[in-house]
Amino acid sequence: MELVKQLLAGDQRALARLITRVEQDTDDVPDIMKAIYPALGKAYCVGITGAPGAGKSTLTDKLTAHARKLGKTVGVIAVDPTSPFSGGAVLGDRIRMQQHYLDDGVFIRSMATRGSHGGLSHTAKGVIKLLDAFGKDLILVETVGVGQTELDIVDAADTTVVILVPESGDTVQAMKAGLMEIADLFVVNKADRDGADRMVMDLRMLVHMNAEENGWEIPVLSTQASTNVGIVELYEAIEQHHQKLQDSGQLEQRRRENRRCELVELLQHRILASLQDRLDKDESLLALVDQVQEARLDPYTAVHRILQGRATP
Amino acid sequence: MAAEGKIRVLVAKPGLDGHDRGAKVLALALRDAGMEVIYTGLRQTPELIAAAAIQEDVDVVGLSCLSGAHLHLFPRVVELLAEQGADDIMVIGGGIIPENDIPELKAKGTREVFGPGSSTADIVAYIREQYPNKS
Repeated sequence: MELVKQLLAGDQRALARLITRVEQDTDDVPDIMKAIYPALGKAYCVGITGAPGAGKSTLTDKLTAHARKLGKTVGVIAVDPTSPFSGGAVLGDRIRMQQHYLDDGVFIRSMATRGSHGGLSHTAKGVIKLLDAFGKDLILVETVGVGQTELDIVDAADTTVVILVPESGDTVQAMKAGLMEIADLFVVNKADRDGADRMVMDLRMLVHMNAEENGWEIPVLSTQASTNVGIVELYEAIEQHHQKLQDSGQLEQRRRENRRCELVELLQHRILASLQDRLDKDESLLALVDQVQEARLDPYTAVHRILQGRATP
Repeated sequence: MAAEGKIRVLVAKPGLDGHDRGAKVLALALRDAGMEVIYTGLRQTPELIAAAAIQEDVDVVGLSCLSGAHLHLFPRVVELLAEQGADDIMVIGGGIIPENDIPELKAKGTREVFGPGSSTADIVAYIREQYPNKS
């Protein structure tokens, strides 16, 4: 594939165009994925999630700057929600990362969630792979952590950072939203505000109680992203988590599990699509469907026959 | 699956304009029309705009300028996109643009100009016309 060859040779425009194809789930996506497969595995993926206004984009910007200082190349995927009313979206995260626009070592792409059938997790994972194949050392995926779709994306990340701000209320909220299950690191941003220290304390107590079961106590850090405070510590905490995953074998285990999940997801997707197609067009199947609709045949028997490959008894 | 994809528009303010209310109104109108709008804010250089347009693989770059520097800035963006092999990205402009300047802008690659008093509906319709296969 010509575009893939260009991507592997470092052409940014090719990368951008391939991302568009993956987003649209065009027919050539399987070929694209096959072609880049051998080039995968080098990138480390960090998910950054939290409520709107928590400072995710600013943090992502500063982490990117630090990574660049250390000589790493970075890919950033900034996800914003699609309007359920119009199907459109305003993608305004990259506005915070202008210092990197002209840096060839940083590639920033804004993505809209485009509905919530789990579709985004499918395409975002594809985009992560493209950035990996392109040669990025670090991939940062920034999402709004309020819905199932965003939690799916976090599945694709090796380390997940959850960002809270002092105004976000209780740490009980954090517990309720399932954030304990997905967070590898907690960050209290805007740490100069009232209540920040208290929040850090409360979170540390919470993770300590949780650690009894898991044996890994989630670090709680504080940052002031806008003034670059705490960024180096956060970066190092991410590296420590990476190291821990590697040393314990968990990184490979997680990735194995993710690959398996992806296979199952894809299989389900294709089988369903193909089945839908047959149900619409295959005459013998149509007759079967008719019988079920008229209550002359129960659906269980019908399913059995369809899966046996026999539409008629 | 997604039929032909969404129209992606970069809305950018090159130069030293002081406010971006108009650009924001346009961004929201484009969103309400079902498009994906990447908004990059104030004080953008043509280089920053072209870099963002290419990474985001947008269909349209909408440039807004109120300070009179459009005759330099708009063609510069067109030039940079062409230099980087992206001359298929459509560039349109708006803001405080005197009628007399429009022919020169068009000659230098700005496809259409929406001066003061243009309606967002007209802009939406124009973009839709250029990309009939996209939603």
